[in-house]
Amino acid sequence: MPKRTDIKTILILGSGPIVIGQACEFDYSGTQGLKALRDDGYRLILVNSNPATIMTDPELSDRTYIEPLTPEVLENIIKIEKPDALLPTLGGQTALNLAVALSEQGILKRHNVELIGAPLETIQKAEDRQLFKSVMQDIKVGIPKSLVLTDISELNSAARELGFPIIVRPSFTLGGTGGGIAYNLDELRDRAHSALEASLVKKVLLEESVIGWKEYELEVMRDSNDNFVVICSIENLDPMGIHTGDSITVAPAQTLSDRQYQAMRDEAKMVVSAIGVETGGCNVQFAVDPATGRRVIIEINPRVSRSSALASKATGFPIAKFAAKLAVGYTLDEISNDITKKTPAAFEPSIDYVVTKIPRFAFEKFGREFPLDTAMKSVGEVMAMGRTFKESFQKALRGLETGRAGFEDLGAGAKKRVETLTPEKLLRNLALPYSDRLFYVREALRRGLAPREIADITGIDAWFLNQLKDIMESEADLSEGKLTAERLRAAKRMGFSDTQIGRAIGKTENSIRLLRKKLGVLPSYKRVDTCAGEFEATTPYFYSTYDDENESTPSNSKKKRKIVILGSGPNRIGQGIEFDYACVHAVLAMRELGFETVMINCNPETVSTDYDTADRLYFEPLTFEDVMGVLDLEQPEGVIIQFGGQTPLNLTKKLAKAGIKILGTSPKSTDIAEDRRRCGALLKKLGIPAPDYGIAKTLPEAKKIARRIGYPVMVRPSYVLGGRAMEVVYDDASLKEYGGRALAAATHHPELLIDRFLSDATELDVDALSDGKNVFIGGIMEHIEEAGIHSGDSACTLPARSLTPSQRERIILYTGKLAKSLGVVGMMNMQFAIKDNVVYLLEANPRASRTVPFISKATGIPLAKLAAKAIAGVSLTQLLPKKLLERGYPEIPFTATKEVVLPFLKFPGIDPMLGPEMKSTGEVMGIAKDFPSSFVKAHSASGVSIPTSGTVFISIRDEDKSAILPIAAQLRQLGFSLVATRSTKAFLGRHAIEADRVYKLNEGKPDVLDLIKQRSLSLVINTPSGKRAKTDGFAIRRTTLELGIPIVTNVNSCQALVQGIATVRGRKSLEPYALQDLYRELDFTLPKKVVLK
Amino acid sequence: MDNFRCAPSDGRDLVRHNPDEEPTGPALLALEDGTVLEGRACGAHGEAFGELVFNTALTGYQEVLTDPSYAGQAVVMTNPMIGNYGITRGDDESRRPFLQAFVVREMCRYPSNFESVESVPRFLRRHGIVGIEGVDTRQLTKLIRTKGALRCVVSTKETDGGKLIARVKKSPSMVGADWASRVTTDRHYEWEEGLLTGNPPLKMEFPAEPKVVVLDFGVKYSILRCLREMGCRVIVLPADATAERVLSLKPDGILLSNGPGDPEPVDYAVKTIGTLLKSKIPMFGICLGHQLLSLALGGKTFKLKFGHHGSNHPVKDLATGKVEITSQNHGFCVDLDSLPDEVITTHVNLNDGTSEGMAHTRLPVFSVQYHPEAAAGPRDSRYLFKRFGELMLKRINGRAPKGAATRGEI
Repeated sequence: MPKRTDIKTILILGSGPIVIGQACEFDYSGTQGLKALRDDGYRLILVNSNPATIMTDPELSDRTYIEPLTPEVLENIIKIEKPDALLPTLGGQTALNLAVALSEQGILKRHNVELIGAPLETIQKAEDRQLFKSVMQDIKVGIPKSLVLTDISELNSAARELGFPIIVRPSFTLGGTGGGIAYNLDELRDRAHSALEASLVKKVLLEESVIGWKEYELEVMRDSNDNFVVICSIENLDPMGIHTGDSITVAPAQTLSDRQYQAMRDEAKMVVSAIGVETGGCNVQFAVDPATGRRVIIEINPRVSRSSALASKATGFPIAKFAAKLAVGYTLDEISNDITKKTPAAFEPSIDYVVTKIPRFAFEKFGREFPLDTAMKSVGEVMAMGRTFKESFQKALRGLETGRAGFEDLGAGAKKRVETLTPEKLLRNLALPYSDRLFYVREALRRGLAPREIADITGIDAWFLNQLKDIMESEADLSEGKLTAERLRAAKRMGFSDTQIGRAIGKTENSIRLLRKKLGVLPSYKRVDTCAGEFEATTPYFYSTYDDENESTPSNSKKKRKIVILGSGPNRIGQGIEFDYACVHAVLAMRELGFETVMINCNPETVSTDYDTADRLYFEPLTFEDVMGVLDLEQPEGVIIQFGGQTPLNLTKKLAKAGIKILGTSPKSTDIAEDRRRCGALLKKLGIPAPDYGIAKTLPEAKKIARRIGYPVMVRPSYVLGGRAMEVVYDDASLKEYGGRALAAATHHPELLIDRFLSDATELDVDALSDGKNVFIGGIMEHIEEAGIHSGDSACTLPARSLTPSQRERIILYTGKLAKSLGVVGMMNMQFAIKDNVVYLLEANPRASRTVPFISKATGIPLAKLAAKAIAGVSLTQLLPKKLLERGYPEIPFTATKEVVLPFLKFPGIDPMLGPEMKSTGEVMGIAKDFPSSFVKAHSASGVSIPTSGTVFISIRDEDKSAILPIAAQLRQLGFSLVATRSTKAFLGRHAIEADRVYKLNEGKPDVLDLIKQRSLSLVINTPSGKRAKTDGFAIRRTTLELGIPIVTNVNSCQALVQGIATVRGRKSLEPYALQDLYRELDFTLPKKVVLK
Repeated sequence: MDNFRCAPSDGRDLVRHNPDEEPTGPALLALEDGTVLEGRACGAHGEAFGELVFNTALTGYQEVLTDPSYAGQAVVMTNPMIGNYGITRGDDESRRPFLQAFVVREMCRYPSNFESVESVPRFLRRHGIVGIEGVDTRQLTKLIRTKGALRCVVSTKETDGGKLIARVKKSPSMVGADWASRVTTDRHYEWEEGLLTGNPPLKMEFPAEPKVVVLDFGVKYSILRCLREMGCRVIVLPADATAERVLSLKPDGILLSNGPGDPEPVDYAVKTIGTLLKSKIPMFGICLGHQLLSLALGGKTFKLKFGHHGSNHPVKDLATGKVEITSQNHGFCVDLDSLPDEVITTHVNLNDGTSEGMAHTRLPVFSVQYHPEAAAGPRDSRYLFKRFGELMLKRINGRAPKGAATRGEI
């Protein structure tokens, strides 16, 4: 069937903020979907609350709404835009859940909107565990034994029937939130309880354990004519019991015979047909008992997913793009295979390489490790391709940027710790999976444990273990005898990096690199073509290996200038989708200017690794060796490193030393900005105020500096990434405690950086761009939280609310001075703090920052694109209207507020408190005509409801007491009742604010926790006081969080929230705005086409 | 007892060895176009000549190894990881491998699978199949794609590539040779086994057990298993069995099996099929059987540049418009236009538009170029066995089956 013509306007839902379990893969799929449907001439309405996405670029849709993803907001948008259809299958679980809500509330029917991609019944059959189970039983597909629990009292009988261990899964959540494994009745009670809380429908599934079984996934597609294809099979190295998102996975499946695989395929086909996946992509998960081959189906997702993004990148088959096409009526045989052009999409890709995905964790941000289980905890992933498993596995490990250059021990300290483990402890570490289990496996293999034995303990298939053993044996062989070309090539074919080979034989990475070049052992590049070479393909999508034939022939056209853009690698906290957004914009800008663009990146979730984005894509780890391999071949005129965050920045020095031209701001300037001493001297020279600081090598020195500056001080080890391991220290004792730890941990540069901490200052984030002559500020954002909270975790607002004209002028002045003296070409991010009307510069980084997409969306000025063009040599006078450039910053007649989302719920037992260490995974934007409305929008988009009535519990530290008074008074005025502990109640009472008393913990019953648990509170205000707040405060914050009750932990957010409540109270909803409309209100328009002179 | 006409030394020169020893040492692959690749031995030691073809299936190397249709050929697997699950019990497609040599990127020596009984290197050595690993199989695939199937030699004995090239150039071509006679059974037998576990149901209800005679041009066991699973009595006859011999068994259906090589030299079978067509007994041709049937109907065949060998070929059923993902293995193809008007095309390959299936409008006769029995590959096309069963059912019920191509009837 050709495309439907009865549909004209399609509403597409994004997946909202990046959270654990739902990351930028949905920007990739949404962007693909939008492009595909736009090509077909549909009118597209996009709603997504996440500004840091390519899909929310206003060029991609007819109407782009950055609005909260709630049924109320969507109904308003539906009323305005009158779409004919809603496509929810590209926006992850969020979009799917919304589609269900919109259907069930009758909104779609009321406004005549057809659900396309997945009908309601299909979503329900796939999501409701009980329905799913009965469908599977009907078609006789094996499933684990299971029971549905709706009440905690049914636990005992359930446990008897299933036997331990038992898997606990809530219905309707994402990333397995609230689920877990229970080995005994106590654990079962705990897990079931939190699962019931997490489930949107208050149902929990208890399941027979298939822990330790082999885990597989099939990524499949089906069209309206019942055509069915498997795009990719994926085998998990980690067994069942560890969430797929947290597992190392490999494509294609490696250890299934054809009969076993085809049986799985047949079953998947039956299942998607029974569930009713009419059109689009779907993923089907299986568990297989390694001893008997008994196979059960675990779940299906009737939508594109993290795995389908991986499968698309792994095979070159664009699942999301085709899913969108199928949703509007095409069949698979009507769509042509993008890559071969000549053959249809109705086929099953065959690949002639191995793909390995390894998750990236961020436990260091939370101060402790968590065992891996069925609730996803990783924040990013890296993918690598190689001709063999060994090669792709080792490439993936070094792409992970965790300090390992392959399958090797991490540093001498960790190695020693592992080597001295008692056999019992080693076995325990093998049996209980943490994110570093592989390295215990390595140790077990080193000690001579047989792969079979390790397989029995870990559930990792012996096939993988034998592969790892091969790697270790080859590593040991390396150190014996001369490294000939033949031996080097053999090692490279197993994926050994130059660093690894160097370490094995006591040489440097560079000497191995030189030796390789001398011997002619160079990487060859193979094309990703969906068909294992059977058909000719021209898609410039490559990976490196060490086979004979190199397929990548660079154009080296004299007419077209060529540049390479380095991506940002795996997502992590502090370096996520925002940087991919900037990289993609840089690529687009350079293409607009007529450059040939080459992208290098290893993150499969991203738009930058879509083979459509850059002219040429190399899916490679972002290490010096791998990047140089591409550069040696491509010979670009230069490399752009300033958009990919810390990852490419870390390579700068080595690349420059190797003679590579770094385009834009010179590496020297970057160095100055990062070096506190030199930067301090420069600021002094320029007359830019900065907080007093000092650098200490020893604790006594640190104490002296701290006393000179005056407490509180901000302390951090020098040379750490993006504010890692910072702490605000209030006295000598805590300085000693923290400083000692930090000094001990820093092995390379045992230095402490001590800054004056500007308490109660207003913090500002500024992103500016420069062409070397002119400087333009993209936006000055004011943090809502006070200083001391990582800027990445702060809500912020644009335009800055409390900035005086004179302060703004000083910021413009300082920015201009600094950019010019550093010779910034491209982007620069600065943090300022204002205290007592002094504007201090806290930090400057001459590169794109996390806030670039937010500002770009808020102002309509695509900063990263302009910066890239400036780097290419276009003057800002060409890029910006004269008046705007003269003013130096854009003025917008509305307000945009950024709010963050935090992953605390995924980490049991962690205090949900903000601090100098960044913890948020994503962001949302609220845009409105006034600040309170934009704040409310942002807040509600971040998933927190705005209370408009009820009871508020207030517990605050002494320092905040005076600040809370107007807030408390306003809350009373708004009709809230207040409760507080004795002293706070008394304090409020003295200021004529009425509050009820509640007991502290252990003071009597019912205490405050009881109130929270009874859900009698609609808001909790708890501002923790330094270290003392650990006990009571922790229990209050954690419980509040787990029950989904709104909580604020600092006075400034509290103020903003109360203002917001006052604004929305009594109003049914806030008006949604399309970016295209808002931009029309701006007093400037950017030149449409810019040419490079 | 080995009742095959194809001697293990046919085109192969083997070195005596113990199958339990690890294959080691250098090996060379030389092609008629002058390409020489160095690798390591991963099978039997010796030297073997054949036509180099690639197979793009991700799973099912064991089925490829034991598929008689690969007789005379050296197979390059495009999946670089071969041998991971070893050799599993029951998944052989014939009594032994018939291919000449096996070419892979990486051979696994430590298989892992609960059904695994042996490693692939051991299997190769036991059966005297020369294997080479560590070569750039993608480069080879692209070479075959651009130059067509090439004659080659794999040797673990000769270290001089030049000498090997000279010998390859003198080796015989597949075109014009009757390979079916070298792989067929030399006596008739009855097949008793149905499908193995993990297969979809195929059982049909017949009033009486239909008798199917299979003409073995290199039949895959899975075809026999499918027929048996349907509920048929399955009798296998050698390729050169006469029409009289077939008819004397009073079959309810005749299956023309798959097999290796060029159909034209198998002229005796074409003649037999021509006679059998007159009997109006339901007839189902698969792969080489399909080509032989077309020749018997007056059509022509031609050699494809590099053939179809894999498990992912999309074929459209023109009657339903549905696409099935098929298992394919053929180097020759039927020329659509050469067939008489009473034969219609039922299936086409969506990749290159070649004919994949045909049916007769007057006779209960149909055939497909691909492999509905799958193994290796998806089982999307198993319905064709049922279609064959329906034709037999009508015959058993005394209703003379009309042409297989009559829509709605099949």
